[in-house]
Amino acid sequence: MTLNGWLQILVYCGIVVLLVKPLGGYMYRVFNGDRTFLSPVLGPIERGLYRIAGTSEREEQHWTAYAAGIMLFSVASFLVLYVLQRLQGVLPYNPAGMTAVEPNLAFNTAVSFVSNTNWQNYGGESTMSYLVQMAGLTVQNFLSAAVGIAIAVALIRGFARASAKSIGNFWVDMTRCTLYVLLPLCIVLTLVYVYLGMPQTLGPYVNATTLEGAQQTIAVGPVASQVAIKMLGTNGGGFFNANAAHPFENPDAISNLIQMVTIFALGAALTNVFGRMVGNQRQGWAILATMGTLFIAGVAVCYWAEAGGNPLVHALGIDGGNMEGKETRFGIAMSALFAVVTTAASCGAVNAMHDSFTALGGFIPMINMQLGEVIVGGVGAGFYGILMFIVVAVFVAGLMVGRTPEYLGKKIEAKEVKMAMLAILCLPLAMLVFTAIAVVLPSAVASIANGGPHGFSEILYAYTSAAANNGSAFGGLSGNTPWYNITLGITMLMGRFLVIIPALAIAGSLVAKKTVPASAGTFPTDGPLFVGLLVGVILIVVGLTFFPALAIGPIVEHLAMIHGQTF
Amino acid sequence: MSHSKSASIMDASILLPAIGGAFKKLNPRTLIRNPVMFVVAVVSALTTVLFVRDLITGGGDFSFTLQIIIWLWFTVLFANFAEAVAEGRGKAQADSLRKARTETQAKLLTGEDRTKYKLVPGTSLKVGDAVLVEAGDIIPSDGEVIEGVASVNEAAITGESAPVIRESGGDRSAVTGGTQVLSDWIRVRITAASGHTFLDRMISLVEGAERQKTPNEIALNILLVGMTLIFVLATATIPSFASYSGGYISVTVLVALFVTLIPTTIGALLSAIGIAGMDRLVRFNVLAMSGRAVEAAGDVDTLLLDKTGTITLGNRQATEFRPVKGVTEQELADAAQLASLADETPEGRSIVVLAKEKYAIRARDMATLHATFVPFTAQTRMSGVDIDGSSVRKGAVDSVLAHVSQSTVAAHATRPGSDTVRDLQAIADEIAKSGGTPLAVERDGRLLGVVHLKDIVKGGIRERFAELRKMGIRTVMITGDNPMTAAAIAAEAGVDDFLAQATPEDKLKLIRDEQAKGKLVAMCGDGTNDAPALAQADVGVAMNTGTVAAREAGNMVDLDSDPTKLIEIVEIGKALLMTRGSLTTFSIANDVAKYFAIIPAMFAVFYVAPGQTTGPLQALNIMHLATPQSAILSAIIFNALIIIALIPLSLKGVKYRAIGAGALLSRNLLVYGLGGIIVPFVGIKAIDMIVTALGLA
Repeated sequence: MTLNGWLQILVYCGIVVLLVKPLGGYMYRVFNGDRTFLSPVLGPIERGLYRIAGTSEREEQHWTAYAAGIMLFSVASFLVLYVLQRLQGVLPYNPAGMTAVEPNLAFNTAVSFVSNTNWQNYGGESTMSYLVQMAGLTVQNFLSAAVGIAIAVALIRGFARASAKSIGNFWVDMTRCTLYVLLPLCIVLTLVYVYLGMPQTLGPYVNATTLEGAQQTIAVGPVASQVAIKMLGTNGGGFFNANAAHPFENPDAISNLIQMVTIFALGAALTNVFGRMVGNQRQGWAILATMGTLFIAGVAVCYWAEAGGNPLVHALGIDGGNMEGKETRFGIAMSALFAVVTTAASCGAVNAMHDSFTALGGFIPMINMQLGEVIVGGVGAGFYGILMFIVVAVFVAGLMVGRTPEYLGKKIEAKEVKMAMLAILCLPLAMLVFTAIAVVLPSAVASIANGGPHGFSEILYAYTSAAANNGSAFGGLSGNTPWYNITLGITMLMGRFLVIIPALAIAGSLVAKKTVPASAGTFPTDGPLFVGLLVGVILIVVGLTFFPALAIGPIVEHLAMIHGQTF
Repeated sequence: MSHSKSASIMDASILLPAIGGAFKKLNPRTLIRNPVMFVVAVVSALTTVLFVRDLITGGGDFSFTLQIIIWLWFTVLFANFAEAVAEGRGKAQADSLRKARTETQAKLLTGEDRTKYKLVPGTSLKVGDAVLVEAGDIIPSDGEVIEGVASVNEAAITGESAPVIRESGGDRSAVTGGTQVLSDWIRVRITAASGHTFLDRMISLVEGAERQKTPNEIALNILLVGMTLIFVLATATIPSFASYSGGYISVTVLVALFVTLIPTTIGALLSAIGIAGMDRLVRFNVLAMSGRAVEAAGDVDTLLLDKTGTITLGNRQATEFRPVKGVTEQELADAAQLASLADETPEGRSIVVLAKEKYAIRARDMATLHATFVPFTAQTRMSGVDIDGSSVRKGAVDSVLAHVSQSTVAAHATRPGSDTVRDLQAIADEIAKSGGTPLAVERDGRLLGVVHLKDIVKGGIRERFAELRKMGIRTVMITGDNPMTAAAIAAEAGVDDFLAQATPEDKLKLIRDEQAKGKLVAMCGDGTNDAPALAQADVGVAMNTGTVAAREAGNMVDLDSDPTKLIEIVEIGKALLMTRGSLTTFSIANDVAKYFAIIPAMFAVFYVAPGQTTGPLQALNIMHLATPQSAILSAIIFNALIIIALIPLSLKGVKYRAIGAGALLSRNLLVYGLGGIIVPFVGIKAIDMIVTALGLA
């Protein structure tokens, strides 16, 4: 590890923290329906959209109606995206002449983008037409992100409102999020990316003659616009197969920094929206501090492991850290940081191959996802994810101070505990059960590139990534098989909707409760004690769940490496 | 505490039957009420069946498997034992209560004439029947005195042998079946049918027979079931992972890992904690009608306390003599004492006492003074004495002033509007403002001064309220006094707020207002007019001396009729919740050590490098446990024994300390969280050494 490396990491953290308040304040106003500086331009469009949709910003929904709206919208999104892929051969904007996507791959991809996972069993430049990329994938990048944020806001309303029935209007929340938050930011980001050298064209792939005189086809396309939302909406689906390691998707250190910042920006700002909505910004900061603690710890381990390199390689007289699978223009520090950021938030874009990380270096991205993507997390998803852990932490801690547990004045009772446990339970269910089946299924094992614990990690990582709706790939696993297309698709659906429904049920239950004023008998949830408690609960619950699997994967691989054994 | 059968936790008379109880509770229908232990029993049965199969077919590590199976069953038995011990403590009490419920003959009255009755069995009485109970009779069932007054021995339910008075009308009209009339007679209207009496309810409560899970217990159970399901996933997937890695894990080992991981410690002790919580209240002579009420007590935000009897001693006392100008204190004290000699009210007696203590004026005999006592009447609102044409009066200031202005006896009588009158009124106002009651004294038409009667705030109550404030509980004093007096007493006692000139409607409104703000309210009361408020309050403690209506309305009954107990009730409620939370934390924290014992043992021979005997995961064996078998055995033994070790704590409860929620949480996190991580490392290592030394594995 170098001082320079740590300085870059600190600069990155500093920028993210500085953005929290202004972005949080802006989003708070947006979701409250207050006037913002964009209202004169966007207000008429917004009202027009409501008129077309036959809804109104004054119309509020019960949690069941809110959830029904999400399900309806997600099913429709899935169908559109599936049909677009199947018909791309006969639709326009297909200069490379792509043919219809295979049904099970189309299913996997449609689920993947609707669930904000962006797991890619395809290479973008060799599979998808411009139309699918733009009207299908990029549109879902916006909408699935907006859905996530809408759910988080609805859940926050559950805490903020008292003795109410409704938790907001899904259509309004989603429209506002897309129109006021995602679109304006993406337009600005796209222009910046174009300036930094990313392609943004509808023209065909470029044919070039290399220095040796060989012919090379260089894939281009509307890259900058997709990268802008791919990061901001923590989608992570790359325009190119190489994702953010591709020079057109991530030209230099500055674009790398901007991409990492935008991955965290909205998720981190949501903690501030939460603080503002419940009337105490310190509550939001406490949650961000929890996320930050886990994040810094992850970065430290990952950077340490990657900078330390492989002792077996050192023994051959080659010094230095592990540069395998990394881009020299980013280096070890920024590759390790990117890996932790993209898996902490459920982005899934990669600028280095996680498969080539050291065992411990690859262990961090995996555990980040197994934590349920609660370290900042996917936009919205990370926030409602951590609230599930907060419910559990507060419940146990509340009992320990001799009161019926309460958080922000809302009593945490059987219903909340049940829903939170359901949400927490569904991730290991999807991750572990599918891994357990895949590792003994010969056809599934055939997809892995390495044997032993590393191969095990490849499969575990895939299901972990899918269930956590992350979408990053460990690499090494050939995922485009019917088995993986379908099971990973199911895993993504479980990871998305089996968390969303309990989260909204909690919102519905909380919103109806009275708010108990805080007293000396209620323990403060905005201080270091709470942060420590929450970190402890998250680590213990997740650690206990995944310890056996991790022991047989990255842990044994690491220990074996020390003993001179590799796989 | 009068129920001082403070049976120590490990009393042989309770422990021995509990061992039998532990086996009886193996009945699946009983077990299923506790999901975590039910799961343990199921997997124990499964391993037992597999073991028997292996015995028949041959093969397998018999000694090791058998030991694991034995400890698995011990885990279930220990949990049952904990519950049986908790119940046993209540049973002892129930038995003594049952003795009081023995068959009684009731004198069922047939008409108005109380000599005409027929003897019927007590159990045949119906609600509304009128019975006669005479000296020596046992009261056959709960009822209300409709005629007469009697002294009653209620030792059967309160443990207090001093007799109490029960009379018709007023707030002391309730009688309890099973208690005995010592003198006189009463006519009682029966209010509870056989099997539904107070005593019956008490018996079933202390036995825990009707115990229903409380809301928090249900929520905690859901959490425990959730954790159990997580560990089902974590362990059930291991065989497949192992098979991928080219290894094999036996069912016994998997079951051992599973049972040590699921929260058996708290699962085993959960119902014992609940029963013990109720039991602690019973030992404290408070009967909670439901576990829900005990839990609610821990959550109380606002405490309504009656001033009289709770915050202040029941009666006002004379604390000082304030003469008007031209009169000495001695003179005033002498007159006041004379006026009070025959006054048997507590206020009157306190004047005599003060005169003696402060001015050495000795008690005089009324007869030798030829004095006649003039008692207090509602019309005159004064009392005093007449001695040989001279008269002394004391009473409410305006009454005495009116009396003096009409006086024609002597020339030195005080004239209305004189300086003396103004002086007296100034003194009286000053006393009233300080929360006291002024009592004017005159002799033969001459105003002498004022006696300061004061509400005496109970010693130590201020500190109690400070403690409550630290718990986050707001105290509100309820009083019939005027706001000025109330404010002064409230300030002296240190309550947070007061409700002056309170009517029952005001009380009810106050409770509703607090509840509308999301707060939980506790109060105590005894009168019939308290009943609506008692019913409305989240925790309503009715005094046992109170009326039937009050006792029906409250969700707790204090057998000692001591209103200050509310504070302890709150602490007991909090201790109950804390015990659950702390042991849950401890139980889950224990898992870390168990993983470090079992995972290296399980995967010991996975990925063994050429030339080595153990695999790389042996590095996780940080406790250096002897062999894989001893490691697994030690973990499961520790898991079972910790249940036994924690029974005393779960029965006694984790003590509540009013040190603020944050400090309390860090303390408990340190003790039960960090302690829960460290203790099993030490324990498992120690057991491993013993197991190895004994050659068990």
